[in-house]
Amino acid sequence: MSGSIAQPPNNTLPLSVRDLTVAWYRKPVIWDVGLDVTPGQLVGVIGPNGAGKSTFLKAIMDLVPRASGRIEIFGQSYKRSRHRVGYVPQRESVDWDFPVSVLDVVTMGLYGKIGWCMPVRRHHREAALRALERVGIGEFANRQISQLSGGQQQRTFLARALVQDADLYLMDEPFAAVDAATEKAIVQILREMKQAGKTTIVIHHDLHTVPEYFDSVVLLNMRVVASGPTETVFTRDNLEKTYGGRLTLLDEATEAMRRRERTL
Amino acid sequence: MRTLAALHSFLAFAASSLTDRSIRWPTWPEWQRVLLLQDYNTRVVMLGTMLLGLAAGMVGSFTLLRRRALMGDALSHATLPGVGLAFLIAPSLGLAEKSLPVLLTGAALSGIAGVIAILYVRNLTRLKEDAALGIVLSVFFGAGIAILSIAQQSVGHSAGLESFIYGKPASMIESDRLLIGCSGVLTLLIMGVLFKELTLLCFDEGFAKSRGYPVLLLDLVLMGLVVIVTIIGLQAVGLVLMIALLVIPAAASRFWTQNLKQMILISAAIGGAGGFLGAAMSALFRNLPAGAMIVLVCSSLFFISMMFGTERGVVVRALRRRDLNRSVDHQHLLRGMFELQESRGPKAGIPFSELQTLRSWSSHRLLKEIERCRRKGLVFRNSDQKLCLTSSGLVEASRLVHEHRLWELYLITHADVAPGRVDQSADAIEHVLEPELIAQLEELLLQKRRVQGIAPSPHPVDATEHAS
Repeated sequence: MSGSIAQPPNNTLPLSVRDLTVAWYRKPVIWDVGLDVTPGQLVGVIGPNGAGKSTFLKAIMDLVPRASGRIEIFGQSYKRSRHRVGYVPQRESVDWDFPVSVLDVVTMGLYGKIGWCMPVRRHHREAALRALERVGIGEFANRQISQLSGGQQQRTFLARALVQDADLYLMDEPFAAVDAATEKAIVQILREMKQAGKTTIVIHHDLHTVPEYFDSVVLLNMRVVASGPTETVFTRDNLEKTYGGRLTLLDEATEAMRRRERTL
Repeated sequence: MRTLAALHSFLAFAASSLTDRSIRWPTWPEWQRVLLLQDYNTRVVMLGTMLLGLAAGMVGSFTLLRRRALMGDALSHATLPGVGLAFLIAPSLGLAEKSLPVLLTGAALSGIAGVIAILYVRNLTRLKEDAALGIVLSVFFGAGIAILSIAQQSVGHSAGLESFIYGKPASMIESDRLLIGCSGVLTLLIMGVLFKELTLLCFDEGFAKSRGYPVLLLDLVLMGLVVIVTIIGLQAVGLVLMIALLVIPAAASRFWTQNLKQMILISAAIGGAGGFLGAAMSALFRNLPAGAMIVLVCSSLFFISMMFGTERGVVVRALRRRDLNRSVDHQHLLRGMFELQESRGPKAGIPFSELQTLRSWSSHRLLKEIERCRRKGLVFRNSDQKLCLTSSGLVEASRLVHEHRLWELYLITHADVAPGRVDQSADAIEHVLEPELIAQLEELLLQKRRVQGIAPSPHPVDATEHAS
């Protein structure tokens, strides 16, 4: 849709982050993050609770103010390349009791294309339905969203991002608390997207599935501990550094306490 | 002290209209005159408040969904100082001090100032929105009362200003109705044009931001709509009760529908009916204030919606729960009988007392379920008063047992549930199994294990085991 105007050269990276620092009330949440993502990659962002993973994604999209740093998406600012970025927020970020249908939610992904003040037309709804069918819940299109299971909610959000037909996708914990069938379906779609040359960055929690799902990983704990191809970077050593020495529940608990202090 | 004195005078004003003159039941011609809109003044007032209710109901739907319902309350309270100041300043600008446009402009400006104050308090401090609302609401209202009492002493003829607090629709004239009508059409237009954007804002602010929507601007548009509705409502219901028209119809409509467009329409209808009927009540019972009547009519409609709303009303939900309980009992009874007959032979009747030990159900509840099954032709009592499954009962029961055992098998093989405990956990979930899920289970388990017909129970089935 951007046509010939200002189309960036093909060799620019989908995402390039330099010295990104984000702070809440002067306490840094992420610190001096640098990252380059090459096209067609499926990237996992991994780190303990409160490591700033969500903040990192939000900072890429200018949703949180950044203290310093430069972010380029396909060689341009987010503002100019917004239409090439698809976002799947955390499922818990919205009220699923809202009076809209599944199809309504998916068409929201097209609002940017439809434009201000213009009504949703039949071909928009058809595109939304195709996206729903692609994630395997086409038969729920007219259900009210409060009737969905957790996995179906996640698929709805995924469909809303897919319908945009973006080139870079940012997903905030799409696998959190979903059933096995949904997880399988999402992985399948992520692979299809990779085949189609799309770049996807996924925040992920389950360490066991990392080597199976992702080409490369970013280990994040307020700073980038390591990033690169999964087979070289996803090592016991790096994980221990990321999770503060030991992968124990105690660390998670102290992390959670620290996080609570920050919000007081 | 001035504030107190002013407040006293307002209360006395409100009280006088309630006590001084008696309220009597209207005569039949009076009913006719009001309800058939024959009286000109009453007609102006009733149509005006109806339009107000329509507009407030529509705007209220969005503010409710945006969880900003109380913002309207703070905003309406914040209009009072503006009314007083406009009254004081107007003569020096060469305008009539009591002209409605002047007073309403003042009200709008100070209402907007109140909203900005709330946003400032919230964004610059770590106070939460409710605290910011409480502070701004009370401070502005207090300041407004103080300014009104100053106006009363210095200028003298400020009587009538207090009608903005409790509302006085009887003073409404044709041009006011026109103002309300135009404002209503304006809000309708804005909401229609921005329907998609406002929906997105209310549903998923983060996603809206990521798509580049100016969330702050959209919020301001929404607050602007609230300002418009509040300002035109000041005269009719007053600033204290304005919040009722913004919240009650929207909340009530949620009991009737799960669809946003329908919700807005129903909310507008409830608000409009409240405005119309409330003004009618006030016209019929001469001394009942219209603002209060409008709110009371709206709240009656809310109560009806809460009880009888077809989507999530109390009655509907109780019925749904009863149906679920009945289907659980139904499944327990048929499955219990089937499993007992399985070990004793198909002809064996089962005494009532034995069925009662199967589950922790009261004999009353069990008897009712048996009666329902008997009427459906699923069970019958044999000559010794023992219970047997009919042939169609047997078909139904074997289907239920089959599903139950499938689920048990699934739990054992896929969810690591110990066979001894599986009956209980299977029980909790199977009542909500959907046909698609059953088909999946069959595919998953039966093909793998080459089980035909009814799956065998994965744990010993015996009445004594159930009873223990």
